[in-house]
Amino acid sequence: MGFFWTIVTLLAALALTWRYLGSYMAAVFDGRVRWLRVLERPIYRALGTSPEQEQTWTRYATSLVVFSGVSIALTYLLLRIQGSLPLNPQRLAAVPPALSFNTSVSFVTNTNWQNYAGETTMSYFSQLAALMVQQFVSPAVGVAVALALVRGFARRGSATIGNFWVDITRCMLYVLLPIAFVAGVVFVGQGAVQTLAGPVSVHDALNGVTQTIARGPIGFMEAIKQLGTNGGGFLNANSATTFENPTPLTNWLSIYLVLAIPFALTYTFGKMVGSVRHGRALLAAMVLIFGVWVGFTSAAEHQGNPAVAAAGITHQPAGNMVGKEVRFGDTSSALFAVASTSTSTGSADASYDQFTPMGGFGLLTGMMLGEVTPGGVGSGLYTILVYAIIAVFIGGLMIGRTPEYLGKKIQAKEIKLAGLASLVMPLAVLVVTGIAVSVHAGRTGPLNSGPHGFTEILYALTSQGNNNGSAFGGLSGNSPFYNVIGAVDMLLGRFGIIVPVLALAGVLAAKDVVPESLGTFRTDNSMFVGLVIGVIVIIGGLTFFPAVALGPVVEQLSHGRFF
Amino acid sequence: MLVHLRRSLVMAVTCLVLFGFVYALAGTGVAQLLFSHQANGSLGPDGSALIGQSWTSRAFFHGRPDDAGPYAANPGSHVPGGDNPLVANGVAGGSGATNLGPRSKVLVADTRALVAYWHSMGVNPTPDLVATSASGYDPDITPQDALVQIPMVSRATGISPARLRRLVAREAHGPQLGFLGSSTVDVLQLNEALAALR
Repeated sequence: MGFFWTIVTLLAALALTWRYLGSYMAAVFDGRVRWLRVLERPIYRALGTSPEQEQTWTRYATSLVVFSGVSIALTYLLLRIQGSLPLNPQRLAAVPPALSFNTSVSFVTNTNWQNYAGETTMSYFSQLAALMVQQFVSPAVGVAVALALVRGFARRGSATIGNFWVDITRCMLYVLLPIAFVAGVVFVGQGAVQTLAGPVSVHDALNGVTQTIARGPIGFMEAIKQLGTNGGGFLNANSATTFENPTPLTNWLSIYLVLAIPFALTYTFGKMVGSVRHGRALLAAMVLIFGVWVGFTSAAEHQGNPAVAAAGITHQPAGNMVGKEVRFGDTSSALFAVASTSTSTGSADASYDQFTPMGGFGLLTGMMLGEVTPGGVGSGLYTILVYAIIAVFIGGLMIGRTPEYLGKKIQAKEIKLAGLASLVMPLAVLVVTGIAVSVHAGRTGPLNSGPHGFTEILYALTSQGNNNGSAFGGLSGNSPFYNVIGAVDMLLGRFGIIVPVLALAGVLAAKDVVPESLGTFRTDNSMFVGLVIGVIVIIGGLTFFPAVALGPVVEQLSHGRFF
Repeated sequence: MLVHLRRSLVMAVTCLVLFGFVYALAGTGVAQLLFSHQANGSLGPDGSALIGQSWTSRAFFHGRPDDAGPYAANPGSHVPGGDNPLVANGVAGGSGATNLGPRSKVLVADTRALVAYWHSMGVNPTPDLVATSASGYDPDITPQDALVQIPMVSRATGISPARLRRLVAREAHGPQLGFLGSSTVDVLQLNEALAALR
């Protein structure tokens, strides 16, 4: 019953957010919101740019790629010189080179894959100035790409697609900053820690235990970690720890923050292209797939744990509680996990490695669908628009009409770019997984034996290729091999999609709009929603079925066997 | 190209100052001003109510097991202390789960050892009491997890089971706002109340 009301309240809150945050964001990106112009204007002046200076798609893409490169270099540098920087109460030494490389790529690409334990590796300075900064920047970059593509549909005969610097500035200042700040206050009020003081030592005379407890500026990082679909927490066990995610209310808030912007951007899209119905169609596709995945995964986690049953405890009324926290319980942990893996977040309030085989299947496949249900901040919208283009193309082929989307003719060039954008991620994931299982350095990574060990490898590289960052934590990822191959996987999964999408935006913006006629294939009705869902599921399903069959499916089917 | 590089550097430094420092420090200021108890770790005289501790005496209620600790199931990681938020009784650790998969032979053996441990304490364990948590230091158990330990605590302390049941009921928190999460008992708070009873 509690789970039912959790879902109902989330749905109600997200519905309001979709409508009002959606229209607020449309106003922000149109430049109609100005309440922080005291900060906004000096930034443009320092950059030597202004909202009137528009960029072609090539300049937009160059700005984005150079900025990301500079961000990776700066983050890497800060991690490498951590030992000489302030705000380091534990006197932690420099982060090693391979780990710094993986981590800087990870945070700049909105992945937040973590091959380290935060409380024993990162100084407060690194957590804030190197990592948390990117939790604001990387979602804003995602939104910028989505905006560029939306303008591609909204404009006609235009050579430009917006100004990258203006887009990310507005997103960070007007959307991410205020919401994260308010949410941060709630997190701390509920019990999340927010201090610059170092770890504290406590002694309990009742049981003779002396503990040193890791602390830090955690609560406000938690807010942007979730809101920006980042997922990289301050502490190793992420949102499972009480200092990051103290109560069921903050757990609810985390799920809400993760889903808020990705869903609301479909409204923003509708508003900007002048047809909210089109935004609603994409929203429907996202929500339907998301709902099925939540149902499936929470049902799987409500089953008992097979190993606990084999040890003699067959009656497990609260479901699989191995690797879960009592205050959240089985179904809410599963809901959190699906929200985290269906967006590009990857935060965890439970140990995903210890989900039942079918529960783990739900999380893994949520990422494999390309993270469009609803996907990351910005990245969810631009990726589902790529799927929508493929869907109109397939729909057009089936009925013999010229495919159009929002009045733009979808021709050979657009389909090539959309095809490229949709193929990069599966290609990257499957090839690097193939390499990892073929070499010794890759095979020594997993903790678990049997199919679960393979799933640990597949999960890690799927997660990084999709810029998700969640983990089956048993994999020892902090080796030179996994640090480097993971970084390559993340870079391909991010920029291998972004560049074709920006090219697509440029090509579409230059086109004229074809007037709607009786022969136009409708792209705002339930038939189209079904077609988009079909494309998402079929592309994801056909590409990854063989790999998934070797992992969670085998594990599920091996009744009574332990590895 | 140079203009892109210059703008990138300016933007990177601006973000570093604005989000890495201004946002973080303003947040810390507000947090310390409004919620200084929570912001510093919800510390009490016996530790943090939000961080689980290792309980070994039969005269107290026990929390959930850790991969380290007195009832460490895995002999390889058998260390005193357990429930390591960073260091516990001199043993270094950190937050984290055991990560043993649902069809792991090691997990079956570990769980068997935990069941045997509880039986040796005179307790018929619930699933939570043989399942390691996600953080490694879950501070909570459910009221049911506390109730099954009453025979052990009652024998060791001489307090009647009926009084202990009332104590557990008093310390139990229902779901937050009536519908969020599970009913819980904070083990440290429960044991503090138990100590006050004696």
